[in-house]
Amino acid sequence: MDGAMAWTMAGDVAISVRDEGAARRVALDGALDIATVTAAARRLGEVPVDQPLELDLSHLDRIDTAGAWALCRLRARAIAAGQAVTITGADANAQSVIRTVEAAMPAPDDRPAPPASLADRLEAVGRGTARAGAFFVELCAYLGLFLVRFLRSLVVPRDFRLTALVHHCHEVGIKAVPIVALMAFLIGIVLAFQGAVQLRQFGAEIFVVELISVSILRELGILLTAIIVAGRTASAFTAAIGSMKMREEIDAMRTLGIDPALALFVPRILALVIMLPILGMIANIVGILGGALMAWVELGVSPAMFRTRLLDGVMFSNLVVGMIKAPVFAIVIGVVGCHAGMQVGGDAESLGRMTSASVVTAIFSVIVIDAMFSIFFAQVGM
Amino acid sequence: MARETVIELRGLRTQFGRHVVHDDLDLDVYRGEVLGVVGGSGTGKSVLLRAISGLLRPAAGQIRVLGVDVLAAGEQERRDLERRWGVMFQDGALFSALTVRENVEVPMRAVPGLDGPTRRALADLKVSMSGLPYKAGDNYPSELSGGMRKRAGLARALALDPEIVFLDEPTAGLDPIGAAAFDRLISDLSHSMGLTVFLVTHDLDTLHATCDRIAVLAERRVLVTGTMREMLDVDHPWVKEYFHGPRARAAQADVQAAAAES
Ligand SMILES: Nc1ncnc2c1ncn2[C@@H]1O[C@H](COP(=O)(O)OP(=O)(O)O)[C@@H](O)[C@H]1O
Ligand SMILES: [Mg+2]
Repeated sequence: MDGAMAWTMAGDVAISVRDEGAARRVALDGALDIATVTAAARRLGEVPVDQPLELDLSHLDRIDTAGAWALCRLRARAIAAGQAVTITGADANAQSVIRTVEAAMPAPDDRPAPPASLADRLEAVGRGTARAGAFFVELCAYLGLFLVRFLRSLVVPRDFRLTALVHHCHEVGIKAVPIVALMAFLIGIVLAFQGAVQLRQFGAEIFVVELISVSILRELGILLTAIIVAGRTASAFTAAIGSMKMREEIDAMRTLGIDPALALFVPRILALVIMLPILGMIANIVGILGGALMAWVELGVSPAMFRTRLLDGVMFSNLVVGMIKAPVFAIVIGVVGCHAGMQVGGDAESLGRMTSASVVTAIFSVIVIDAMFSIFFAQVGM
Repeated sequence: MARETVIELRGLRTQFGRHVVHDDLDLDVYRGEVLGVVGGSGTGKSVLLRAISGLLRPAAGQIRVLGVDVLAAGEQERRDLERRWGVMFQDGALFSALTVRENVEVPMRAVPGLDGPTRRALADLKVSMSGLPYKAGDNYPSELSGGMRKRAGLARALALDPEIVFLDEPTAGLDPIGAAAFDRLISDLSHSMGLTVFLVTHDLDTLHATCDRIAVLAERRVLVTGTMREMLDVDHPWVKEYFHGPRARAAQADVQAAAAES
C-alpha cells in the first residue's frame, strides 16, 4: 500500500467479470477504498453467484477496510448460494485487512423500520397521556414528601437547616427584589396609562384608582411575581439539585445518612413559601406607586386623592384574595423545581433538558392554579 | 535506520503563559509500531498528543507527520493530513446528540461519492471491529458504559482507516478485564491494519501487552526511548521507581506467566 496516497487522490477501480470454464473470474484493478467503494459495491452486488468465484486482486494498488467489506459481502453472498470463493493475488497487507474485516463483518441489517401505523400513533398518544398522569402523581408524591419532612423537622428541630434556609431566602427573595419591583412599577404605569385612555372617554377618570388597585392587588401583582420567580428559581433549583444528582452527590448523601429531601427540598421550598408573599407584597406596593404616579401625571389624580380612594375602596379583600395564592404558588414552583432536579440523569444534556422543562412546567402550573383560584373566589363570592 | 519515521519531533517547546511544559523535546515514531508514552501526572503527555495532532500550537520546534511539516502546512495540506490520523480522547469524546453509528459516520460524511447505505454499513463494520455488539450502533453515548464509550471513540478514530492513531489513556477507568480486552484490540488492530499507534498511558499492563517501544517523558523532554527490557536498565530515579516498583513487578510477572503458558 502506498502510504502517501490519501483517498482524495485515489483513482478509480476497474472491475471485470469473465467466465472461465468452471469458475467466474472477477478481476479488480486500481484502488478499492472508501472513495470508490460505493460504485464497486454496486458492481460487485450485480455479479451473479451461480458459479464458483475467483477474486483476482493482483492488480489492486490499494485496499482498505471499506474495500475489504465489499469483497467480504460478495463472498458471503456466494457462500450463501453454495458457491466456493477463492481470492488470488492478494499481498500480505490485503490478506490481513480482509481477514480482519471478515472476522468483524456485522450481521446484515435485515430489519427495515415498519412505517408508523394508526395504531402506533394512538399508542403514542395513550402513552403520552399516561406519562402526564404519572408525572402529576409524582409531583403530588414530592409535595407529600416535602410536607412530611417539614413537619418532622418541626418535631425534631435539630434536623432543621436554618443556615440553608437563610441562604435560600437570600437567593430566591432578596436577590429577586430589583427585578420584581421594576416589573411591578412598569405594570402599574401601563395599567394607569391604558386605563386613562379608556376612562377619559366617559369622564370617569377617578375610577383609575379602582382599576389599578383591583387588578394589581387581586391578580397581577402576585401572578407576575410568581411567573418571574418560576423562571428564576425553578430553574436554579433544578440546576443545583440536578448537577448534584449528576455527580452522584445525592447518592453520597444517602449513604452518609443525610436525607436529600430534608437537606435539599425543605430549605428551598420553605424559603420560597416565606419569600414569595413578601415579593408579592413588594410588587403590590411598587405597582400601585407606579399607577399612582401615572394617574397623577396623566389624569391629574393627586396622590392624596388616590390614597383616600384606595383606602375607602375594597382594597383589603382584594389584597387577601391576592396574597392567599402566594404560598400555593411558592409550593408549586418549589416542588416542580426540586422534582425536575431529581430527574436529571448521568449526562449534561438531561440537566439542560430538565432545567428548561422545570421552568415551563412551573409557569404553566402557576397560571392553571391562578385560573382555578379565580373560579373558586367567584363561587364563594369574594 | 531502515524504519520509516512517521512522526518526527525536533526541539519542540510548548508553554502556557510562563509555564513551560516541554522544552527542546525530540521524538521519533516509526511506521507500524505501538509507542507507549509514559510519565508522571502533569508531565505533559496529553499536551504532547495535542501538539502533534494539531490541537495546540507549540511555541517552537518542528513537527513532521507522514513527511508533512505540520506547522508550515497550508489549509488543504493539513486537512488531507488530518484524514490520515485518528484521535481517541479520554472517555471517547463522542457527540452526545448522535448515536454511536452516527458518530462513526461523521468523518465518513466528508468522503465524496460515499452513499448513505454504504456509509452506514461501513460504520457498522467499524463498530464491530472495535469489539462492540451490533446493537450498540443504535445507542446514544449516555446509554453506554465507560469501556463501550472508549471502544466507540476508537471506532470513530478508525473510520477513515487512518495510518496513525493517537490514544490518550485508553484503559484509564476500565476494569482489568475490560482493560486487557482493549489492550488486545489495540494490538490486533495495529498488526492487522499496519497502524502506527501513539499511546499515552499510565497502565503498566498496557505497556507490557501492547507497546513495541516506550518513551518516558520527564524533565520537560523525552528522557529515554526503548523497549520494555531496555527501560529496566535505565538509571534515572523516576524511571527506576516506575519500572521497578511493586506494580511494575506484578505486571511483569503476569506477562511472563502468560508467556510461559502459551
Ligand atoms: N489549557 C491549558 N492551560 C494551561 N495549562 C495547561 C493547559 N493544559 C495543560 N496545562 C498544563 O500542562 C501540564 C501538562 O498537562 P497534561 O499534558 O494534561 O499532563 P498529563 O501528562 O497528566 O497528561 C500541566 O501542568 C497542566 O497544568
Ligand atoms: Mg492527560
